[in-house]
Formats: sequence, structure tokens, C-alpha cells
Amino acid sequence: MAYNLKEVVAKKPSRFTEGHRMCAGCGAPPVARMVMRALKEEDHAVVAVATGCMEVSTFIYPYTSWTDSFIHTAFECAGATLSGAEAAYVSMKKQGKLPKDKNTKFIAFGGDGGTYDIGLQSLSGAMERHHDMVYVCYDNGAYMNTGIQRSSATPKFADTTTSPAGSVIPGKMQSRKDLTEIMASHHLPYVAQTIAVNNFKDLYEKSEKAIYTEGPCFLNVLSPCPRGWGYPTDMLMQINKLAVDTCYWPLYEVVDGKYKITYKPAKKLPIEEFLKPQKRFKHMFKPGNEWMIEEFQKEVDRRWQELLDLESIS
Amino acid sequence: MSIRERLSGNEAAATAMKQINPDVVAAFPITPSTEIPQYFSTFVDNGVVDTEFVAVESEHSAMSACIGAEAAGARAMTATSANGLSLMWEMIYIASSLRLPIVLSLVNRAVSGPLNIHCDHSDAMGVRDAGWIMLFSENNQEAYDNLLMAHRIAENENVQLPLMVCQDGFITSHSIENIQLEEDEEVKKFVGTYKPKHYLLNDKEPIAVGPLDLQGFLFEHKAQQAEAMKNAKDVILKVSEDFEKWTGRHYGLFEEYMLEDAEIAIVCINSTAGTTKFVIDNLRKQGVKAGLLKLRVFRPFPSTEIAKALSHLKAVAVLDRADSLNAIGGALYSDITSSMYTENVHVPMVNYVYGLGGRDTKSTDIESVFNDLQEIVKTNKVENPYRYLGLRKEEK
Repeated sequence: MAYNLKEVVAKKPSRFTEGHRMCAGCGAPPVARMVMRALKEEDHAVVAVATGCMEVSTFIYPYTSWTDSFIHTAFECAGATLSGAEAAYVSMKKQGKLPKDKNTKFIAFGGDGGTYDIGLQSLSGAMERHHDMVYVCYDNGAYMNTGIQRSSATPKFADTTTSPAGSVIPGKMQSRKDLTEIMASHHLPYVAQTIAVNNFKDLYEKSEKAIYTEGPCFLNVLSPCPRGWGYPTDMLMQINKLAVDTCYWPLYEVVDGKYKITYKPAKKLPIEEFLKPQKRFKHMFKPGNEWMIEEFQKEVDRRWQELLDLESIS
Repeated sequence: MSIRERLSGNEAAATAMKQINPDVVAAFPITPSTEIPQYFSTFVDNGVVDTEFVAVESEHSAMSACIGAEAAGARAMTATSANGLSLMWEMIYIASSLRLPIVLSLVNRAVSGPLNIHCDHSDAMGVRDAGWIMLFSENNQEAYDNLLMAHRIAENENVQLPLMVCQDGFITSHSIENIQLEEDEEVKKFVGTYKPKHYLLNDKEPIAVGPLDLQGFLFEHKAQQAEAMKNAKDVILKVSEDFEKWTGRHYGLFEEYMLEDAEIAIVCINSTAGTTKFVIDNLRKQGVKAGLLKLRVFRPFPSTEIAKALSHLKAVAVLDRADSLNAIGGALYSDITSSMYTENVHVPMVNYVYGLGGRDTKSTDIESVFNDLQEIVKTNKVENPYRYLGLRKEEK
């Protein structure tokens, strides 16, 4: 699992090519590229992508950014679609209809809309049925493709187009669903939460583990969205860093039920650092709204402590 | 050598699937088709077939998994009914647009609401324009035979469309009847192996399936689907011809029963055709020139052929086991009347919506339709062509 960014970039050709139409400053393309880079060069992959930004920007007929086999069917069923492809592989391999010496890996990508919400059932089913596949959620915290509507991954108080920060209701009033924990409760061989920081080391290594651990594996990757979050496009990597240093997005993995936090900030930053550069939280900084920041901080602290506890007892 | 057996319609469908031995079956239980995946799981767990059985968590996922499997290069099959098909609806369109020859065994049942588990054709009629080939079956034998022919039709390179074989829920799915089965080896030979040109699991030629297809391309892609559906008609006839050479059992686009010299006729699909034949036999003894056109191939719709077959009649009744709730009549009626108009054939026609939610359609009901037709012939008048058959009249 030793990882050297320069070596990986120099030696492994990208399997997610340039020319796609994702926005500048979007967190998702580096995620797709890094996950695909974690594949062994000699292995082939079948990629399934849920309808969403990533799908509509990377495979516009007749062009594709994917050098591996790729399938998109609909919004809510990347899990089920890929499970069918994986079942075909198992069946055909068993019957000698495919070359014995060649490996195909199965990787699904979905945004938080296609994963936390409309696709949750399909994902849960595919994981429970123990297909040998990796599901990668690129979580940008709202339905960005349709124009920034709130999802169950949207953090509390965020201003979205279906939870606008109004004069009576100040943004989304509910807390974020913890999908990583839901997937951990499926008792999968490998579940991890990660992000593109520190030369992508965490993301690359977890991707490699997920792809090469037999059975159903799940990666939840925070993928900031400049349009929906309202940060300058050149700030992507800083936003990622602030998400982990404030413990808003803890990096951890659950291997066969055992929790391991893979990054503990030396100095846990106050949540304002993460919230402040984002327009979606702007109203939280108005005089009189201090309670919102306090509440947000409390929730982050509570969830971080929970994770520390899980690590220590498992 | 054919094998004489006694099987229910669901057993017949499961037996066909066993003999076809598809690579993947993904299914979710729903009455009255549940037995099909049940029987099939037994074949899987006893090692009788090579199939991977994907016990999905919903019908939406069943069709999604079939799409994934078929695109990957596998032969994929499923079975469902009613609300199951409704839940698949989104994926039904995607399967045909991706030109994947998935085969579905549809055991017809009323779509909710209200909730009802019994036979009507509202499930099939709800997907009639989704780009699937649709074959209907009067009895367990036809359900079996249609499934044996399904892959040869669907996978033909000029077609490449998904196909569903329909039979009536409970009426045939749960009735045990005599059936002629074919030998496993013979079935294997007839069905052949699936050799897709392009598929996801071919690492030598990675492909991308299911693009965002915008204004510059979608129209042409839909036109190609429409062309494939037109092509399907000849392929169905050719495969049916080969099937007859093998088994001796004849299949066309539709069956004409006592139709050639008939003056009045009923058009219907699935099991009601059996009841209609029984009534026709009795009427013929009384000198009434009654006939039947039983449609087998509903999509592609054999419009010219039907118009021709009905052109000599004095009156025709079209029976729809699904109401279209559109104030003009059922789907089959609409397709037949527009076929007749297009072919410049004018025959007085009347539509009966019947048997909804499993309401029994008795021989006396069919007799009453033929009586009405005789009346139409006599008066040469069709009053209210959109009628109900077997609807209880509420007392005032």
C-alpha cells in the first residue's frame, strides 16, 4: 500500500481522462481519477455511475471520459445495475465464458442524491447481497446537478434552493444523515470515509483497499461543490483540509467491524473555519445567529467523540 | 421426443427458464408470479442450472440488475406481475433503449389501486409503448413455447430488443394442464448461445453504455428502436417457423379460429380465447358463423395483417382486459380500430372491457357478446361502442 504521488502519477495512466465537463473547482473529478488510479494496471473495471453531475458531465454522447467499461442506467440504481454486471461476471467466469487469467473489478459512483436518498435501497440491497464491488459516494451535500436542492447529506442550516435561508426558517433545519455509519451497520468487510487531502494519500490508499478487498466495500468521499457551497474555485483543496481539521469530516475506516481513525488533527480547528468561506453558511455569521454556530459545533463535537469511542471499544 | 407432462403456467415458465439456463436471473416475489423465482431458486441451489440468481430487494432493482447483467454480456431473465412491473417502469424503457434482449415472464395481474392480486392486463397495457416485444399466451403450453422462442427473437441482430411473455395470473399461472415439453438438449440447441457484439465484460474493447443523449442524437436513437420493432415481425415469423419444424406446434402473429368463413368475431388475448373457442364451437353447431382472432404478437402490432383478417366480417367485438380510463375504450380496441382505418377497412366494431381484477368471464358472457354482434349485424348500428362485460349492475 506504499504510496508515492509522483510515482503513481508518472507510472499509471489516468483512467478518467481530461475533456469532461465538470465545473472548475469541483471536488468530484479528482475523486474519480484517484479511485480509478488505485486499480492495478492489468485489471479491467466495469464502472456504474448514478445519474448526477458526474454522469452527465463525463459521458455526453458520443464522448466519454472513462477508459474502462462504463454503464449508466438511472438515478437510483447504480448499486443494482452494477450488482447485475457483477453477477454476470461470476456466472460467466464460472462457466468458462470469460478468460480465466483476467480480472474485472466493479466500481460504482453516485452523488449524495443517488446514494443517501433515492438510491439508498438499491445500495443497501447490493451490499447485503455481498457482491464483490466498491460503491463510492462523492458527497457534495445537496442535489447539485438539478441546482442545489437539499438532500439528507446537507448539513444543518445550509442555504439550498429547497431550504433557503429565509427570514423565518434559516436554511435546512435538520442534521445530516450519517451514511458511513449506515454502511458500517451492514457489516461489510471494508467501509471508509475519506477526502482528497494531503497528496491524495488517504483517498488513494482507501480506494486500493476497497477495490482489492473481496466483497462489498463502501467509500464515502466528501466532494465540495463551488456552485452549491459558494467558495472560490481555487479554494477546493483548502476547503477539503478545513473539513478534516475541524473534524466536520473525520477520516476513518471500518475493517471487518474494527474502527480506525486515519487522521487526527493535531489541533482541532473551530467549525467557523470550515463554515466561513462558504456562502451557504453566510447567514450563520449575522449578528444574533451565534446560536447556529454553537449548535453546529456541538453536533460536530458529539459525532467526533462518538467516533473516538467507537474506535476505542472496537 | 416431446415429453408429456402436467404443469401449471408458472411451472411451465420456470421449466422453460431452466432449459434456457440463462447466466443471470434477478427477481423479486410478487403474486401471482412468485412461484417462478421460487422454482428457479431451487434449480440454482440444486445445481441444475449455471445461473447466478440475484435475490434483489425490489422489482426496480430486478430490472436494473438484468440491465447490468445483459449489458455485461450475459443472458438475463426475470419474472413479475402488476405493481412489480409498475415499479420497473423506468427501467423497462431504459432496457429497450439500451437494446438489451432481456426476457421477462409477465404473469398478468391488475395494477393497484385498489389492491387486487387477480388477473387483468392493466400491467402489460401500461408498458405497451415502452419498446418491448410483447407475446401473449392462451395457456401454459403457449407460455412455455413463447419463452423457448423468446431469445432467438430478442437477440436477433436486426432486433436486439427486450421481450416479455405474458400469461394470465392464476387462470393459467396456477392451473395445472397437460403440456408437451421438449428435451433439454433440443431446447439448448434451438435457443443457442448468446454472442453479443459489444459487452461490458470484454476487456479488449471497453464500452460505455447509457450516455446523456442530447438534442443532436436522441431522436435518431429512438428511430432506430422503432425500426428494430418493425424488423421484429419477420423475425418472429421466421423463429416460429423454425419452432414448428422442430415441435410441430404452429405459431403466427395471431391465431384465427373459425375466422375464415365467419360473419362475426371476437378479438381477444390470453386465456379468454379458450372460453371463446368453446362458445364458438357451440354456436357453430347452431349455425352461427362466429369466429375468433386471438392475438399472440401485441408488440410489434400486426396492423395490416389484422385489418386483412377482419376485413370480411360483418361485425367485430374487441375484448380488453384493461380499461384505459380515457372515455374512448381499451388499448387493443384503439390499436385495432386505427389499423382498420389505416387499411381503409370498415367493419362495425364494438369494445368490451371485461374481467378486471380477476372477475370471472364465463361462456355465457362470451355468448352475450356474440348475441350483441348478431344484433349489430341485423340493425347495422353500433350504439355506444365502449361497453362493459360482466360488470355488476347496481340496483337503483
